[in-house]
Amino acid sequence: MRYRDYLIRRLLYTIPALIGLSMLIFVIARVMPGDPARLALGPEASREQVEKLREELGLNLPIHIQYLRYMGGVFQGKLGVSLYSHRDVVVDLKDTVPATLELVTVAMIIAVLVGIPLGVISAIRQDRWEDHTSRVFAMSGVSMPRFWIGILFQLVFAYHLALLPITGRISPDISSPERITGFYIVDSLVTGNFEALGSSLSHIILPAIVLALSPIAQLMRVVRANMIEQKRKAYILTARANGMPENLLVYKYMLKNSFIAALTIIGLLYGFFLGGAFVVETVFSWPGMARYGVRAFTFKDFNAIIGVVLVIAVAYAIINIIVDIAYGLLDPRIRLGAEARDT
Amino acid sequence: MPPQISSRAGILCRPKFLAGRHPYAAADALIRHMSHESQLTKSESQVATAVEDQDFVPEYEMRFEDLRRMLHRLRRSTLSLVGMAIVWGLILVAIFAPVIAPYPEDVDSVHFDQTFQPPSMEHLFGTDEVGRDVFSRVIYGTRISLALGAAVLVIAITIGVPLGLIAGYAGGTVNTVIMRTTDIFLAIPPLVLALAVSAVLTPTMENAIIAIAFVWWPWYTRLIQGMVLSIKEDTYIEAARSVGAGTLYVVFKEILPLCVSILIIKITLDIGYAILTGAVLGFLGLGVRPPTPEWGTMASKGRLHLPVRWWLTTFPGLAIFITVLGFNLLGDGLRDAFDVEME
Amino acid sequence: MMLDVSDLKVYFDVFEGVAQVLNGVSIRVGQGETVSLVGETGCGKSVTIKTILRMVPTPPARIVGGRITYKGRDVLALQEEELYTLRGKEMALIPQEPMSSLNPVFSIEDQFVELIRWQGRYRVGWTYRLAKSFDGAGKKAAREKALALLERVHIPDPPRVLKSYPVELSGGMRQRVLIAMALAGDPSLLLADEPGTALDVTTQEQILGLMKERVEKQNLAVLYITHNLGVARAMTERIYVMYAGEVVEESPTMELFRAPQHPYTQGLMASIPKLTGGKVLGIDGFIPDYVDPPPGCRFQPRCPYAMPECRESRPALTLVGSNHRAACFLFQQEPATV
Repeated sequence: MRYRDYLIRRLLYTIPALIGLSMLIFVIARVMPGDPARLALGPEASREQVEKLREELGLNLPIHIQYLRYMGGVFQGKLGVSLYSHRDVVVDLKDTVPATLELVTVAMIIAVLVGIPLGVISAIRQDRWEDHTSRVFAMSGVSMPRFWIGILFQLVFAYHLALLPITGRISPDISSPERITGFYIVDSLVTGNFEALGSSLSHIILPAIVLALSPIAQLMRVVRANMIEQKRKAYILTARANGMPENLLVYKYMLKNSFIAALTIIGLLYGFFLGGAFVVETVFSWPGMARYGVRAFTFKDFNAIIGVVLVIAVAYAIINIIVDIAYGLLDPRIRLGAEARDT
Repeated sequence: MPPQISSRAGILCRPKFLAGRHPYAAADALIRHMSHESQLTKSESQVATAVEDQDFVPEYEMRFEDLRRMLHRLRRSTLSLVGMAIVWGLILVAIFAPVIAPYPEDVDSVHFDQTFQPPSMEHLFGTDEVGRDVFSRVIYGTRISLALGAAVLVIAITIGVPLGLIAGYAGGTVNTVIMRTTDIFLAIPPLVLALAVSAVLTPTMENAIIAIAFVWWPWYTRLIQGMVLSIKEDTYIEAARSVGAGTLYVVFKEILPLCVSILIIKITLDIGYAILTGAVLGFLGLGVRPPTPEWGTMASKGRLHLPVRWWLTTFPGLAIFITVLGFNLLGDGLRDAFDVEME
Repeated sequence: MMLDVSDLKVYFDVFEGVAQVLNGVSIRVGQGETVSLVGETGCGKSVTIKTILRMVPTPPARIVGGRITYKGRDVLALQEEELYTLRGKEMALIPQEPMSSLNPVFSIEDQFVELIRWQGRYRVGWTYRLAKSFDGAGKKAAREKALALLERVHIPDPPRVLKSYPVELSGGMRQRVLIAMALAGDPSLLLADEPGTALDVTTQEQILGLMKERVEKQNLAVLYITHNLGVARAMTERIYVMYAGEVVEESPTMELFRAPQHPYTQGLMASIPKLTGGKVLGIDGFIPDYVDPPPGCRFQPRCPYAMPECRESRPALTLVGSNHRAACFLFQQEPATV
């Protein structure tokens, strides 16, 4: 089928999936955790106080009514009230999402800049020491618990070597740059606030690297596998036989195909980043949405739980659609609607 | 989460040794098998018509050959042997924990006179905040982790695989319903959903298992469904059915065996990641609770005493790392040995 | 003799042991000659041309003996840089599978023009390439040449084809493009690996016709690899018959069809179905295991005329007609030692 049709179909499938997910998480978050109102007020609160809170939050209504009221609110930009900040979850998220976004973006850049070249080198020098070292590194990167390596990095680089800060997004004695995008790096650069820039950069390095480790390994593997497979492909052999220079063959011809292969897992990698952020932000006390989410989970702040899950789901869906579109544009086989892939 | 096997744009997983040889070789073999004819000689077939370069070898012979080759390759790869050794080691440690651990009672007893001892000859990994021997607790933690990993996988497979078989084979509305349901679970990075689910449940090991399994079964369904779909189309299933084979026969004797190799690989890799997820849950306080010696929980508690008492976090984390690494190496080795194409 | 392959031995290290894939192959192609190498799948013909181009992957493969001379130069001794003076410029490959022999993610223009501009070098320096990317005239000239070549292979509307991606073109078109690309460097020798086998019969006819035309017009030498005796007969002046890594018969084409001498060739001829009808015979048995080949003549297990000496030693090529040789003990008074 035409790729455009495939994309439209994907889009159409995503919507019911998101709706289904919203229902699922709503039920999970509101039905199961005992009495959220009681939890919020604590064991000393009187029964009347708890009951009053339940009325306020509409917890006594049937579940489907609750859901519809909630979704109605969502479309008006309201995500329910957090039991702990007493503000709408949307406001809480507006504060914290940019931090996570910045972290994830930097991590993605690192992953791509390190992972893809590593894959290429590994493939070119297949079975030599560069290949073996990279593969061992990749294997480790994928197996290491992020919290462990994060803590280890903190101990080594931040504590013992004192090269980088231990936690946080910016030094406490430097005020955050004027908020334009919410990205400290961008904002401080734009406003010429180099003190903030330096501090932001030094703070983001460690968590971004920790977050990027597993994706680097995964990208490396995909690129490496793809390039090794291409070495045996007829079009490479034919081009070489007819005199195409070797370095052109590798760095232009094979590379484009590898980029496309890497693109196919970028969507998945964002999923990794979003999941890993929960751990990394906790370890590095990074004031992002994921740390907020952990707090919500720990204290059973049900509206916040739902809010965080929904935001992540929507973001993930958007990213995947974008990746699919990009993939369709880049790969002529897809773009021009060929049914059969070459073997 | 592990690098998932996606069915992006119709690319499916199948053992490479079977890919491309099926349509003709298998149908051919079946027909020959039934009519007891001697083999076509190559010369006849080549010279008479332009035919693709397929080897006309009966399929059952082919599988045995490949099995031998696979075992040999597995044995030759050092890294996968290391993985196997690690996994076996872990199983042995888990079984013989009471014998290996120097202080087996330290799983729950406290010794306030020995708190915070650094690693030494008596306490290889030091002691924790209530004087327990960390080494013994890490050893016992092996039991927890392996049990968790196994339990999660068993549940996920029991739910996921049959659903996948049904969806793939039945097709139509049944397929649509099942696949849309899995779409819901795939709309969000699995770790996030697992965190959310475990957040609303009381932190116990059983609940951690349930939470993770709840999130994981859809991946198996999708995988199996994809495989069933592709194999179903193959000519030789038609050949079998034309001879009168019933549905159950086809499913169990033809389709399932082909899925087995992929399943084994995925399961091996997934056990490691299930353990990792369980540890993350424990680290964030949403999983197993103290005093149960789960590695993630231990690391989390130990974090409070950083940087001075580094041994409390480092060693449990190291245990997780080695465990996941072992399963990864083994799984990778199996993948190379089976020569499976995984998208 | 332009291309002289003599006693080429190539072994492969495989899981089961060492496969003696080429066991002393000798082939000659003269200037402007059309020669074919005929044999069934697995007899080693592809390996032979890959070795000529020095493109056999040398980890599993090993060239253990023999010589390949091209216009007097020892091909086996050349370094990578020197090989590039041969590839494309002197010898070119027309591959078997048009569907997978063009890079699917680049347009024809991209692949073809790049090939024309940079052909013949082992490495292209990046700064040099960057500098040259501003060379509008050079790029234009290369593009013109590509268009001209496409015209020569009778592609309708060359500019459109040039802009297309391989996936947009039919198999026949792609094969023509591949032929054009092979001719780009003005080679003297074409190595054609089963041209047209992957296409339907009508298209194959057209492609073979095109090749014949080009070869005649440009006085090219061609080495065809094929398993199809019909193609060999239509396209070439001389035929080498290969079996299990050895050349068993060599002869001018008409002579071979008129009077095949080697039992294997005879068997091949007999298995072609004829319009006049009659039973299609096969040759009983299988091609041998290269890791553990039969002693002596490799065909002897399947040969209807097998004699005791066939198991002892390998027969050498003996003259059985004018320019016609067969490797069989039937034509020798006493067994020759290998």
